Amino acid sequence: MTPVVELRAARKRFGQVEALKGVDLAIGTGELVAMLGPNGAGKTTSISLMLGLRRPTGGEARLFGFDPADQRARSRCGVMLQESGTTGVLTVRELVDLFRSYYPSPLPTATAIARAGLDAKAGARAGTLSGGERQRLYFALAVCGDPEALFLDEPTVGMDVEGRRAVLGSIRALSAAGKTIVFTTHYLEEADQLARRIVVIDRGVVIADATPREIKSRIPSKRISFNTGAPVSDATFRGLPVQNLEVADHRVRLLSNEPELVLKALFERGVAVRDLEVTGADLEEAFLSLTTRP
Amino acid sequence: MRYPAAALMLRMLLMQTRSELLMRWRVPAFSVTNLALPIVFFTFFGLPVAHVRRGDGVSIGAYLLASFGAYAVGNVMIYGFGIGVANERAMKIDRLMRASPLPPLVFMLAKVVTALVFALLALLLLVGYGAVVGGIYQPPAIWAMVIARLLAGSLPFIALGFAIGYLSGPHAAPAVANLIYLPLAFASGFFVPVGQLPGFVQAIAPFLPTYHYAQLAWSALGAGSETLGTSLLWLAGYTALFLTLAVRAYRREERAKFA
Repeated sequence: MTPVVELRAARKRFGQVEALKGVDLAIGTGELVAMLGPNGAGKTTSISLMLGLRRPTGGEARLFGFDPADQRARSRCGVMLQESGTTGVLTVRELVDLFRSYYPSPLPTATAIARAGLDAKAGARAGTLSGGERQRLYFALAVCGDPEALFLDEPTVGMDVEGRRAVLGSIRALSAAGKTIVFTTHYLEEADQLARRIVVIDRGVVIADATPREIKSRIPSKRISFNTGAPVSDATFRGLPVQNLEVADHRVRLLSNEPELVLKALFERGVAVRDLEVTGADLEEAFLSLTTRP
Repeated sequence: MRYPAAALMLRMLLMQTRSELLMRWRVPAFSVTNLALPIVFFTFFGLPVAHVRRGDGVSIGAYLLASFGAYAVGNVMIYGFGIGVANERAMKIDRLMRASPLPPLVFMLAKVVTALVFALLALLLLVGYGAVVGGIYQPPAIWAMVIARLLAGSLPFIALGFAIGYLSGPHAAPAVANLIYLPLAFASGFFVPVGQLPGFVQAIAPFLPTYHYAQLAWSALGAGSETLGTSLLWLAGYTALFLTLAVRAYRREERAKFA
């Protein structure tokens, strides 16, 4: 079966900067995929290639088997972009009505507005909305055509708790209804809550493509911190499964998936460990250890 | 099939045009400038001399209504497209539109239809104002011809508006539009008849697009100074020039933003 969206050895260069360095990715019907990575990793560039907003400098992008700029592909997609705007003088309802007309079999206007949790603001002009409400308006514009596939670039950015809950709930419901959904985020927690597949992208390269469970098993889960009797150096930790090692004089902080093994080795190496603390690692901080490799 | 079904396209065009009309109406910078400004100018320049007859027997009132009609339509096209497109680029509306299933051609067509509706409205207001306040009358068939010619002949200014919109930023666009359009309008005798302008301006007037555009309206009243064919030839030439400019500016933007 033709994948909904496909990148084949896709490269993208902006002047001197190579934003994507050969990405291979195929997303099938009904998948709910998170593109995860720090800012500037290449998430938005990937989405732009998938949607034909940018042309790859090398490789290929296909959308429903077509060139992504093809109207036949576009009319099956709803999109929410980070860097985009809309006129401020039309109301939420007017804008949703307008975007509905672009699709062959759209949702009722009220349903689309409700999916974004914007019922109370349906009569408000877009220019009067707060940042989070505006973001929800873009979500309503993305879903109003009842498209088969949704591309959401940082959908929850700038939203308050309530807005986030409304939008994440709608994404789940849409996925359960069989829609193919690709979204970007730089929060592992959000990807983990929502997606069944996480594509981790860093510096223009896919560094992991797996289930949330597998991704989490790869990142260090525990934080170890302690003081030492005598100053130690990085060399003390050679060969041990540690990450994000910080050694400052007597103070040591590190992340690890195997704290018992690390501590046993340190005792054997004669390090005097004092004030030992082993805690669960902060998920986001630990995730960064995966992406910011030397 | 390259595009969605014809019915869907028509629906898109209707909805897009409706939205464009609402937007233009709700932004005073457009609606007031488009509809009220020509009437205000006509009040100062046209009303005091409305009932003086020209050598050819046409009342100066009717002659200046036609001139201000030309000014009004040029206004709608050059400011509407120039400033409108520059603003939309700055607000990144083009990016969301680009990713939507709306074909770019429908997007542009809706803008053109909207501009024509506003131009028609501006012309009807002017003619009505001239009749009610100035007592300036012409047979309806004559006004109908003036209006039809001004709308049909506005193509070069639509192209010029698009070119300005793609070449200038949102802050520069109003200044650029003014700097281009106001001198053109003055030098072509829109406000003061060409015969009363400084000598060097009289000398360049016959080379300006706005001059030949106004001739379309003047000659409908029997007050033109060149044949319809001459006017159309000049306007066709300027359309080709401005369209080339607009397409180049559009392509440059495409390469920068969507390549």
